[in-house]
Amino acid sequence: MNLKLKIWRQKGPKAEGKMVEYPVNDVSPDMSFLEMLDVLNDHLVEKGDEPVAFEHDCREGICGSCSLYINGEPHGPGRGITTCQLHMRSFKEGETVYIEPWRAKAFPIIKDLVTDRSAFDRIVQSGGFISVNTGSPVDANAIPIRKESADEAFDAATCIGCGACVASCKNASAMLFVSAKVSHLSLLPQGQPQAKERVLAMVAQMDAEGFGNCTNTQACEVECPKGISIEHIARMNREYLGAAISYSPPKATVGGD
Amino acid sequence: MSTQSTNSFFLSSLSKKYFMAATGLFLIVFLIGHIAGNLQLFMSGYEGRLQFNEYAVFMTTFIPVKILSYITYFCIVFHVVDGVALTIQNRKARPQKYAYSRPDKNTNFSARNMMVLGSLILIFLGVHMYAFWAQYHWNDQMPIMLHTDGVSPLLKETSAAIKGGQVVGTDVVLNGEVLGPVMKDLYQIVMEAYQVWWVTLFYVISMVVLAFHLWHGFASGFQSLGLNHPRYMPVIVIAGRVFSIVVPALFAAIPIYIFLFVK
Repeated sequence: MNLKLKIWRQKGPKAEGKMVEYPVNDVSPDMSFLEMLDVLNDHLVEKGDEPVAFEHDCREGICGSCSLYINGEPHGPGRGITTCQLHMRSFKEGETVYIEPWRAKAFPIIKDLVTDRSAFDRIVQSGGFISVNTGSPVDANAIPIRKESADEAFDAATCIGCGACVASCKNASAMLFVSAKVSHLSLLPQGQPQAKERVLAMVAQMDAEGFGNCTNTQACEVECPKGISIEHIARMNREYLGAAISYSPPKATVGGD
Repeated sequence: MSTQSTNSFFLSSLSKKYFMAATGLFLIVFLIGHIAGNLQLFMSGYEGRLQFNEYAVFMTTFIPVKILSYITYFCIVFHVVDGVALTIQNRKARPQKYAYSRPDKNTNFSARNMMVLGSLILIFLGVHMYAFWAQYHWNDQMPIMLHTDGVSPLLKETSAAIKGGQVVGTDVVLNGEVLGPVMKDLYQIVMEAYQVWWVTLFYVISMVVLAFHLWHGFASGFQSLGLNHPRYMPVIVIAGRVFSIVVPALFAAIPIYIFLFVK
């Protein structure tokens, strides 16, 4: 199949970018979207042009690297998939395909379609640690955990940190990501001792990174390749409110000599 | 909470949402009260007129109602200020727009346009408050409530018709003695307002805008306060959708009814 691509080209973080049109011919419907871009880049290199920079790694939907805003949606028209899992059969012969990077103040563009998503890493870091004993592994089921809680925690933990939630949100809000990270520890007993500090610190870091506010449009939930629910955002809202009211930082009552 | 965390709490993104939700949900409760009172406008004749004007007196003099009305004004102002603050912050979070975006693929119209819908409602509120609230409070030239005999003014506080009473300013005077403030005829200016086709149309359109605002706002308020549970959320969503259609429809029915059937 033959397609007309309109791709965001930007030489560097400070450079002005613009949409540039590239025709690609003889695309197989069985190719993944990234393979199609590989074909385009091969042609560009052959012609002596600069290939389009885009991020990718595992190409099986688990690393969260591929991050393209395709035809007005993160990861393109499919549901529950990343860009590497999007196949060219999802497009029509002769279609114009728009390809842009995630756009958010907190995700500055490095080059072309590659953005710096380390804001997510800093949010995770701000979450701190959980208290578990070192030494030999704990016996399975030594700590009783409700099946429902374990399942819900696991659902939240499937977040791959791709940033589609931010990209799809009209406010560039990171609340689905942050709430998934808050949820997956706060639902488990191991995450309880630091639960209050964690939610307060992660929300503060999220705000400091310059993400927008959630207006409950639910676009993130629709576009999330892992189908993470906004119920997690509600949980974060509850936990933050509770923590903000009841948390007091630990104070030393007895000092050493 | 320490002072430090108190400050960060009030400035945090989540707190702005809590305030948005709490004020919004209070205004939803206010709408229930407001429509309940306004349904009295479907009553006609002297009885209906008297009933509505007595209700207006009650609403503007009964202390608990006055307190509620001040909370309502506060909620409107806070909802607007907070909404504007959130919108400014949200715009800043994406300085460069997408060249091609299809938000219709993953969100509904109401959710995307809360600021626009809210701004239209604010304009409506300005007109609405000027047309009735301001007239009732400050216009001394307003029509006054007269007894069925067509000449005796009624007292505001007791609804007593004063035979031979004269209205001086806003007071009823009988034989040179001031008996008290006169009852204003709010019913009359409501009936007159909706005889004008474009006023009626403006009200109906405004109620459609309100319906769209509530379509997203109702369930959204619960979500923001953390009240989302797989078991209850479907009920909240359906209740919200029913509310967002029924209440604005009842509000809109009043001007339509008056325009068509009251002469």
